[in-house]
Amino acid sequence: MATLDSKAPQGSLADKWTNHKNNIRLVNPANKRKIDVIVVGTGLAGGSAAATLAELGYNVKAFCYQDSPRRAHSIAAQGGINAAKNYQGDGDSVYRLFYDTIKGGDYRSREANVYRLAEVSANIIDQCVAQGVPFARDYGGLLDNRSFGGVLVSRTFYAKGQTGQQLLLGAYSAMNRQIAKGKIAMYNRHEMLDVVLVDGKARGIIARNLITGEIERHSAHAVVIASGGYGNVFFLSTNAMGSNATAAWKIHKRGAYFANPCYTQIHPTCIPVHGEQQSKLTLMSESLRNDGRIWVPKKLEDAQAVREGKLKPTDIPEEDRDYYLERRYPSFGNLVPRDVASRAAKERCDAGYGIMNNSTKEGVFLDFASAIERYGNEQAHIQGIHNPSKEKITALGEEVIASKYGNLFDMYQQITDDNPYKTPMKIYPAVHYTMGGIWVDYNLMTTVPGLYSIGEANFSDHGANRLGASALMQGLADGYFVLPYTIGDYLADDIRTGPIPTDTPEFDEAEKNVTEGIQRLINNKGKHSVDYFHKKLGHIMWNKVGMARNARGLTEAIKEIAELREQFWKEVNIPGTADEFNQELEKAGRVADFLELGELFARDALERNESCGGHYREEYQTEEGEARRDDENYTYVAAWEYTGKPSEAILHKEDLKFENVELKTRSYK
Amino acid sequence: MNLTLKIWRQKNANVKGGMETYKVENISPDSSFLEMLDILNDQLINEGKEPVAFDHDCREGICGMCSLQINGEPHGPGRGITTCQLHMRKFRDGDTIYIEPFRAKAFPVIKDLVVDRTAFDRIQHAGGYISVNTSGNTQDANAIPVEKEKADKAFDAATCIGCGACVAACKNASAMLFTSAKVSQFALLPQGRIEATERVQNMVKQMDLEGFGNCTNTGACEIECPKGISLENIARMNREYLKASVK
Repeated sequence: MATLDSKAPQGSLADKWTNHKNNIRLVNPANKRKIDVIVVGTGLAGGSAAATLAELGYNVKAFCYQDSPRRAHSIAAQGGINAAKNYQGDGDSVYRLFYDTIKGGDYRSREANVYRLAEVSANIIDQCVAQGVPFARDYGGLLDNRSFGGVLVSRTFYAKGQTGQQLLLGAYSAMNRQIAKGKIAMYNRHEMLDVVLVDGKARGIIARNLITGEIERHSAHAVVIASGGYGNVFFLSTNAMGSNATAAWKIHKRGAYFANPCYTQIHPTCIPVHGEQQSKLTLMSESLRNDGRIWVPKKLEDAQAVREGKLKPTDIPEEDRDYYLERRYPSFGNLVPRDVASRAAKERCDAGYGIMNNSTKEGVFLDFASAIERYGNEQAHIQGIHNPSKEKITALGEEVIASKYGNLFDMYQQITDDNPYKTPMKIYPAVHYTMGGIWVDYNLMTTVPGLYSIGEANFSDHGANRLGASALMQGLADGYFVLPYTIGDYLADDIRTGPIPTDTPEFDEAEKNVTEGIQRLINNKGKHSVDYFHKKLGHIMWNKVGMARNARGLTEAIKEIAELREQFWKEVNIPGTADEFNQELEKAGRVADFLELGELFARDALERNESCGGHYREEYQTEEGEARRDDENYTYVAAWEYTGKPSEAILHKEDLKFENVELKTRSYK
Repeated sequence: MNLTLKIWRQKNANVKGGMETYKVENISPDSSFLEMLDILNDQLINEGKEPVAFDHDCREGICGMCSLQINGEPHGPGRGITTCQLHMRKFRDGDTIYIEPFRAKAFPVIKDLVVDRTAFDRIQHAGGYISVNTSGNTQDANAIPVEKEKADKAFDAATCIGCGACVAACKNASAMLFTSAKVSQFALLPQGRIEATERVQNMVKQMDLEGFGNCTNTGACEIECPKGISLENIARMNREYLKASVK
């Protein structure tokens, strides 16, 4: 077992990044024109990286599986983006953002990275505003902020419930400017299927043109993987249907270590599963918890009556409701971090108080009635209406709620056929974001030279749990402000290399590998569709590797996933051919990779004998049912080396050193 | 629910397509329209047939990937929604549903229900951005206050998801609602004002080059737009264009 070097710079925390930037090598502008960089994925991280690298002068080739970079799943992020601006004057600072993030991640992230993230966060907002991102503003014309889970300040910038969309369109517009200049060559509807290593360095990729089926070779001096997270290993998740781990998994198979796969965020506010025909889950932004109160009935018989449709939630009097988050965590209330809120919901539903009329009876209420009343009274006061009627207050309050969360309420009504202004929303936790991912050092380089990973695809900044509004921050920080500097240090050696040829044995071998994989799938002609296997994998993952895990379930899961994988390769059926637009073939390749990743995921969870953040082992809990961390034995990053089979992966450790924060038990009470 | 589906099948851009009839059974009214198609596809695969190709991704109504002309309407019945947000409870048991790709010269068919919408990207390349360096050396975000009303309008325009329903709804296959949304977003913000003249000229030029038709103020685009992008934007683009032309 080797120990990994994070390459975090020496010196005081606040100076590390500045010193590092002062000391790493630069590439002169004339030489940047001689260097090619491949970026896989065009979400917030990949899009902003591609635009910035092109801006600096590198020749960028960008790839996405969608028909346009604008459709990357970052577009679906709702709530907002954090930045330590302290515009609200409520005591925010770079240190506080750093501290909240480290604590929120249950002390399982790297200090130097998190501090850098907090440091560049303010810059991101400036950059986006300059690009024309229309953030919410107050009547004085200044930017507005709101609060998110796990923090006590308002540092979240937002654009209604569509912040991810606006930020992604900002990055996309920056890309467009470079595409127009010819500095970015954009490959839409292309999927990366392998990375090519020459003399141990990443020098290109093999991609499939999804329209024609053609296998293409693309070379570059460095390769950046920004392909997002692997939440779809659960089949049902809040990820887009096409979100996949293939690029990340392929580089893992070529030598990049995969870190902390078991750290998966279960988001507390999703619309519950309606039934067997469901293909995906929809998130309701965490920002709703600023105004929504979460509760279940206090009495078991009321919960049952609600499930049976005999009792309406609005008929349950205040004293018979259990606002369990406010009860258990008085200081953070409904704004506890996501892992805490998710587990609390599970605890209530396991105890029989779930309110959802579905097969699992899992669901809790998210209620806006008191916010509507509060805002209504406030508006009546502002408008000088004395003794307003109850109806008037409700109408005024609903207007305020609509202006804050209108699109989310509409979306909820569309999906559930319930009017959330009149009756509480029904929500339940669902798989959302993966904190684990490709292991990278401080420069965001993987264990393979010249191969980088940014955004959700890497493991670096969130630890075992991600606080709300931090994913967008990390994606853009990596892409706009971190990678463009750090990659220069590596590329400085390549100014005389010249273009990388693609007619070499390394490219031949990688292309052969890809072609054979595709042929194997397409010629299989088994009896089950790809979804059949994906759903089965999802069931194993959710039931045994989901919100709560134990050694027995995990051991079973490892075995079951391996068996399922074997069955997949015997029995999967993919209609059509390889040399055409073939969506089943695309899915098959992705599910094949999930079937390997899932096993490593379960193994990582089994190895980590503690509870932290999104990783909750039933054996390791306090008497009050809170997660029990083991700092003595597990303050490390688990980075796995592929050896041919996921079950035989080798564990490497990066010891996490905390020099600036004291490791404390996370308490939100 | 049991349904009869009439679906456009076309192997690729170079061959002729045609309508095929399929039956699906036991569809839950709580399923989305795309989940209903998933069920059909699973059924087709099990029968050894090729599944129907259709574009979709986020299934949350925001990525703009899903399309489909359903019973003659882009994104089907219902206002302000994409196909992925359309639920089967909007239909009746026993219905026959016609499903076709978005139709426009500038959106060639790739396969079955999948069309190529990259013309929209090329319109964006022509000027859908603000020329600011991505280096991060920008001034403080609050240094230029933006009137709330203008910021809100810019946001409303910016919520366009680029799905192409406006084009599919238009008898002229015009892309003016899409293009004008982008033009408006930047024209309304102080940061975007400086390049407004060139932006509107270049984007309109590209829009014409792509083979989109002109606007005749029918307003079908606004009615079918899943994000409620207003015709006001077309008026604003026309004003911007006129201003730019007489400069």
